[in-house]
Amino acid sequence: MSTRIAGFGATALAALALLALVPRLGNAYYLALAISLLQYTVLATAWGMFSGPTRYVSLATTAFFGVGAYTVAVLGEILPWPLVLLTAAALGAIVAGIVGLSTLRLSGVYFVIFTFGLTELIRQLVVWFEVNKSRVLGRYVFVNITQADIYWQLLALTAAVFLLGWLIARSRLGFALRVIGEDETVAKHCGINTTFAKVALFTISATVMTLVGAIMAPRWTYIEPSIAFNSMISFQVLIMALLGGAHRLWGPVLGAVPLTLLFELLSARFPNTFTIILGCIFLLIVYMLPRGVAGLFEKLSTTAGGKPTQRVAA
Amino acid sequence: MSQDSGTPVLTISGLRRAFGGLVAVNDLDFTVAQGEIMGLLGPNGSGKTTALNLISGVLRPDAGTIRLMGQNIAGLASYRIARLGLARTFQLVRVLDGMDCRENIKAGLAFQRPHLPASEAELRIDRLLDRVGLAGHDRRPAADLTYIDRKRLELARALAAKPRLLLLDEWLAGLNPSELAIGIDLIRSLRADGITIVLVEHVMSAVRALCDRCIVMSSGRKIAEGATADVLSDAAVVKAYLGGVAVDA
Ligand SMILES: Nc1ncnc2c1ncn2[C@@H]1O[C@H](COP(=O)(O)OP(=O)(O)O)[C@@H](O)[C@H]1O
Ligand SMILES: [Mg+2]
Repeated sequence: MSTRIAGFGATALAALALLALVPRLGNAYYLALAISLLQYTVLATAWGMFSGPTRYVSLATTAFFGVGAYTVAVLGEILPWPLVLLTAAALGAIVAGIVGLSTLRLSGVYFVIFTFGLTELIRQLVVWFEVNKSRVLGRYVFVNITQADIYWQLLALTAAVFLLGWLIARSRLGFALRVIGEDETVAKHCGINTTFAKVALFTISATVMTLVGAIMAPRWTYIEPSIAFNSMISFQVLIMALLGGAHRLWGPVLGAVPLTLLFELLSARFPNTFTIILGCIFLLIVYMLPRGVAGLFEKLSTTAGGKPTQRVAA
Repeated sequence: MSQDSGTPVLTISGLRRAFGGLVAVNDLDFTVAQGEIMGLLGPNGSGKTTALNLISGVLRPDAGTIRLMGQNIAGLASYRIARLGLARTFQLVRVLDGMDCRENIKAGLAFQRPHLPASEAELRIDRLLDRVGLAGHDRRPAADLTYIDRKRLELARALAAKPRLLLLDEWLAGLNPSELAIGIDLIRSLRADGITIVLVEHVMSAVRALCDRCIVMSSGRKIAEGATADVLSDAAVVKAYLGGVAVDA
């Protein structure tokens, strides 16, 4: 077991080293594409870390992404970059903690709607604050961060998220979340503080999303609420995680990569009908791959006589 | 009724819970002594499951106190009650279908305080699988189990925490005669381990075989209490149950 982990760790490090070379290719288009790929990989993986085991569908990705981006717009010029990121992470964690404590007692569809409403609420709050207090409609982002810097930061965050997810999955907290996902009443009777477990993971996942927003912000030179809080992000991340399979740590990346490429292609070629196509893709995924690509792989490896993987219903 | 051998495991007084206008549990009092198996009987809808839900913290009581080992647990979150040594099974079996048998049992002990060392936990899981008759099924997904095996697994999960008090809600219901005999033996063996049990049951042969004392509920109220044989021959009980037909099954 530990040799397997060591081997896997070595492979992951090698892959990381290779990926770190992408900015050296000197091709701006590939770099931009690689940034998109990493952005959605981290967002979808973070989404799956909470929503996979608990099965709470969150549409708050945009809210946290936006909080991160706006933190940079406001503080980017004032504080050194590491402190800006730290502040963004702290803000994301605080918002997530408050939201988690007030909503995770809700179940099913109420939670979905609340998280969607939350995004709108935060965006309106930011608009109100900017118009009435700061008296600006948008902000210029003046930070000295190159595209390559963005890429490397995202790559580091990707590595951190997978490591964190792997550690959580092996921890008591990870097991608690799986029990909660199976049956919350039973979880409570097993002595699990279900509220704490859910809020903890929601906060971890949201902090990562906030960091993505902060890291991505310098990509724009000008930010306004409708850019930072673009609710399409929530839906795209949801579709990616579901396509990949949110019940596995490595599931969402299997959806994030092909769909980022596809969305890139579609939004360039069919800018007007893009959202309609998105909706159709969503329907197709839910009907054809209810357990995502990860579920498909598991099924194939079981029927092919391979080692049956652990069952976790999505 | 109150025995002198230390604090009762469970003491309930003035317990009440209404759903809208329906008073499902009405001014309920009873005590369960250490090591006792107490039957909780009554026709369908008389409030037995609601009483268990109040004790285990699924529902909050409108009034009354529930003392577990002397400590008032009324209104406490169910995860806290679980950590104080209470475990239960459900009238409609609840196992974790997406997990295998081993993980199901592990869920029962992994969150108790203090945490067990991993090797001890694995050992306890093996013993429990053995004890409920699921040895060799440890990697089998719970979703694939038969009805009786699901019941066994649920009981093993409840036992995993080494509870002081175990609430069984019609755990023997739906078993065939040979399974029933095994089930009765299993529950009897729990008493030998010092587990105190509240047994909600309709199977009268099991009640006779297992329960030291019984209380009978009807429309949320306690209508009889005492030694099992006396209670089952009580005229009021016979009437509450099958409208006059002798209580036997
Ligand atoms: N959650 C609930 N909401 C509304 N009514 C309930 C609820 N739980 C139980 N009841 C009602 O309370 C009464 C007692 O139910 P229950 O405790 O399940 O009875 P028993 O277990 O003795 O069959 C029934 O009339 C039932 O319909
Ligand atoms: Mg009942």
